[in-house]
Amino acid sequence: MSAQSTAPYEPVFTGEMRRRLDVVLARYPTKRAALLPALWMVQEARGWISDAAMTEVAEVLGLTPAYVKGVVTFYTMYHQHPVGKHFIQVCTTTPCNLCGAEEVVRAFLKHTGCRELGATSPDGKYTVIEVECLGACGFATPVMIGDDFIESVTADKVPELLRKYP
Amino acid sequence: MSEQELVSLTIEGVEVSVPKGTLLIEAAKQAGVVVPHYCYHPGLPVAGVCRMCLVEVERMPKLQIACATPVAPGMVVHVMSPQALEARKGVLEFLLINHPLDCPICDQAGECELQDYVFQEGRARTRYAAFPKRFNPVEDFGGDVLYVPNRCILCTRCVRFMDHVAEDSTLNVSERGDRAVIGIHPGRQLDHAWAGNVVDLCPVGSLISKDFLHKARAWELDRTASVCTGCSQGCNVTLDTRLNTVVRVRPRPNSEVNRYFMCDYGRGQYRWMNRGDRIEAPLIAADGGFTATDWDHAIAHTARLIRGASGRAVVLASPGVSTEALFLARRLLGGSAVTGAFRVAHVAGEAPLPGVPNLALRSERAPNATGARLLGYTEAFDAAVRAAGEAGIVLALDESLEGIPEGALNGAGVFVYLGTVLPAAARGARVVLPVANTAEEDGTFVNRDRRVQRYFQAKAAPGMARPAWWVLGALLAELGRGEPFLSAGAAFDLLAREEALFAGLSYASLGTRGAGLTAVTPAGVGT
Amino acid sequence: MGYPHRPHPRETVVLSQHFGEAEARSYQGWVKRGGYVALRKALGMSPAEIIEIVKESGLRGRGGAGFPTGLKWSFMPKEKTKPHYLCCNADESEPGTFKDREIMRWTPHALIEGCAIAQYAIQADITYIYIRGEFTEALATVQHALDEAYREGILGPNAMGTGKRLDMYIHRGAGAYICGEETALMNSIEGRRGNPRIKPPFPAAAGVFGMPTTINNVETLAAVPHIINRGAAWYRSLSLANPKSTGTKLFSVCGHVRRPGNYEVTMGFPLRDLLYDLCGGMRDGRTLKACIPGGSSVPILNREESESCLLDYEGCAEKGTMLGSGGVIVFDDSADMVYQIMRLARFYAHESCAQCTQCREGTAWVTKILQRILAGEGQMKDLDLLLDLSEQMTGKTICVLSDSCAAPVVSGIRKFRHEFEAYITGARRAAGAA
Repeated sequence: MSAQSTAPYEPVFTGEMRRRLDVVLARYPTKRAALLPALWMVQEARGWISDAAMTEVAEVLGLTPAYVKGVVTFYTMYHQHPVGKHFIQVCTTTPCNLCGAEEVVRAFLKHTGCRELGATSPDGKYTVIEVECLGACGFATPVMIGDDFIESVTADKVPELLRKYP
Repeated sequence: MSEQELVSLTIEGVEVSVPKGTLLIEAAKQAGVVVPHYCYHPGLPVAGVCRMCLVEVERMPKLQIACATPVAPGMVVHVMSPQALEARKGVLEFLLINHPLDCPICDQAGECELQDYVFQEGRARTRYAAFPKRFNPVEDFGGDVLYVPNRCILCTRCVRFMDHVAEDSTLNVSERGDRAVIGIHPGRQLDHAWAGNVVDLCPVGSLISKDFLHKARAWELDRTASVCTGCSQGCNVTLDTRLNTVVRVRPRPNSEVNRYFMCDYGRGQYRWMNRGDRIEAPLIAADGGFTATDWDHAIAHTARLIRGASGRAVVLASPGVSTEALFLARRLLGGSAVTGAFRVAHVAGEAPLPGVPNLALRSERAPNATGARLLGYTEAFDAAVRAAGEAGIVLALDESLEGIPEGALNGAGVFVYLGTVLPAAARGARVVLPVANTAEEDGTFVNRDRRVQRYFQAKAAPGMARPAWWVLGALLAELGRGEPFLSAGAAFDLLAREEALFAGLSYASLGTRGAGLTAVTPAGVGT
Repeated sequence: MGYPHRPHPRETVVLSQHFGEAEARSYQGWVKRGGYVALRKALGMSPAEIIEIVKESGLRGRGGAGFPTGLKWSFMPKEKTKPHYLCCNADESEPGTFKDREIMRWTPHALIEGCAIAQYAIQADITYIYIRGEFTEALATVQHALDEAYREGILGPNAMGTGKRLDMYIHRGAGAYICGEETALMNSIEGRRGNPRIKPPFPAAAGVFGMPTTINNVETLAAVPHIINRGAAWYRSLSLANPKSTGTKLFSVCGHVRRPGNYEVTMGFPLRDLLYDLCGGMRDGRTLKACIPGGSSVPILNREESESCLLDYEGCAEKGTMLGSGGVIVFDDSADMVYQIMRLARFYAHESCAQCTQCREGTAWVTKILQRILAGEGQMKDLDLLLDLSEQMTGKTICVLSDSCAAPVVSGIRKFRHEFEAYITGARRAAGAA
């Protein structure tokens, strides 16, 4: 289960965030169309998208929480649970797989202390997952750490890379 | 409406002509062919996702889904060609690989489209045996609905119903690929007033009714066409009975009234039909109590009482009795001179089903208040009760008599009670005649839009109880004013002859879908 | 330019000319390189004239289907009675393909210019550029270029001073391969699950928000300014084999070649030369085993087929595969075809939207069978089962994702059956298996 907080929910869409959402809303003929951008804003603000946040987004856009959840669960980049400070996605689809991507995954698991894919390291710093094709197959193995897109990662480069993400 | 353009095509060798724009799956019905399908439902927007209705259309390179392919002139369609059968066999295999095959404990068994089509077109053996099946726990969606995800085939009928018909998106498809399930937001309930329809819509045993849970096997049920007694909307329903007990009410399609749906309140309106505290024999007042008797004696006795009564006549009727009984009660006691009254529960606010025009759980919670009004009964019920105190004869027609003090109706003249159960206030009646309830007789109701609709007998009445129209007809005959009725139809046809509003209708012509009253509103009848 | 490598003389550098030049990313830098001349020229023409030129050029969609671009544009209603939209498909997610990413990273204004011309030609009110969520750098670069284009009056209410309105926004995806399917992409813009829609209606009749819509791939749109500048005849002349395949094409080459990267060659270029000359052949002196020429969704070619395949729509079709998106995945003789095909099937199982039965259940089942074979628990009849399931997954669903899962499985078993059999008989065990 997701971490349950006893603190009351603080809305995301107030002040500057609300203003930014209004700018986004003006780009589309329907409010619903602002759903993906709104979810991105929530994730940017909170690091993940909680059920309460989905309810807020639903209210803001005139949707239902169930509808929003259906959309959130469709798109793999939206986090439905808190993740480590550095969220590490390693591409292991065929082209990268041919070039040793699975060794890169093993190196990340080893050097971050994450026990398994999807788990967060005991120090809360890292979460490592395998991701399907990152669209940089000529630069095997591409890895995303947070919003940083890093090309041509090999297993031996992993320790040095991780030092940049303390 | 302008004349519709017709398109001719051939389906399984049968030539049919259907309006332009008709979908193949509907056109096939006209050719006598049901194309197997899961996600398609005529009351929902087309999804085209289950891929079960794949058929072969000549001169089209790929198989087409009959649910999303409109007819075209000269089309030649093969539903049962080897290619189409092979494709559907494939779909069935995919649908079954993760299915638990728990038919022995599944409420849907016997009325399950997965069972039916696998039996009809599926493979005899699995090729998936080596792998564990997907498992997700049963979830209580709230309302009357349980979700058994393991049986789900993701047809999305339930989601589309909530999105587009109930217009309350409480359900979703969550996740994707083979991890997908029907979801509901935490803390939310499937508590829309019409949510129970998702259980009927589910083609498999994935969404099931808590109320019906493990109550009966589908093949033990007898099904009878009826009309919902919950409100004045008059939704067409089916009463499912087992061992002379109504166990379930489900909507019966009628495009003029309720399309394919009914509300959850209406679904609950069957329990009273099974009441055990029924009057089972005619009762005649004697020595401060009642003596049970037979119908011949009871009819003769009652006729004598009526013949001997003088002065004003009052009928206190339930708006839940048949149109025939309402008509005959007045006729028995003297026609227009009779004071007829009824009372009906009004619950503030309606619960509409937004996706269907003119369909709601109505605030007037009785099936035949309109019929009563059209036949001259008024809602001046309290005045009628006061008048009853001095009347020469009072007839209560399955009125609950709730709130009426004992003895209030048996002061001045003769008090006759026709009813299903015996309320305290009826204990002073000179005669009590047991009648059948809605589930136990044939008859008609008139809904709020003045549509006359028949309901059919679904179970046997207890003991000697008879339909009210039979009892009243027997009394009329005993009084020398006609022949007894052998059927509700005979009673209705007399009504149609005698009452201008019903002119032109016959019981037979009402069929199972009913007909509207065409006559103009008579003076004095409000709407 | 064979980005990230130095250009090879046999390339025909059009779209990729400025890859790697940081300055080309800026408005000033782009104008210095001849940018926005085509747009100004186009805005002086009638939409019908532009469509005619694009038709004549022979440009075909670079996203995978290869549909003639001018023809697609001509399907839009001529009499505009409701809003029109242009969608730019920048959801590049097809395994093996990484060309649109480079166009956006290095020449964002080329894309904006192409979008603007197309938008004007189809009389669209708004262009939505749908960029996959993982492309953070492309997202930032294109956004920056859009801001510049608005600031410089290229876009906005008075585009290039012509009084015409051109609005263009980025819509960021959020992790779903299927959103590269055009109707799924439209659903995603509308704030829905990325489920492909039943067609008809086609986008030109009812696309995004139910309005007439044209959707084009990044590379397709980026080619348009060159066609406007240099003429349809020039573009049509770029054809080495079949006159129905014209222009240049970016091929993304990955896998076991010495120099993976993007190579721009004229349509009809031999795959053999791409692999051996431009990419420098196989790594470590190994030999070519197999090649997927058009992104992971197309049938696999064996060595012989690869070495005789011409890279255009017809040349690939002749070998029983497709040009697709031009994502060339190269397998040398060390590749475990069974494992890699399983990995592709797993990709499709992960990405299936869950709508159609065959795809939802089939992609997962096929993956499990392949994993069982890899675990040494397979049986010979599993191969027939895989072929049979693939048949059920082909041509029977709303979109082609399930077909795409089946294509490498079928071609893989047909061409590398012995590798499957080796696992089944126990002659081979998976790497890492005890």
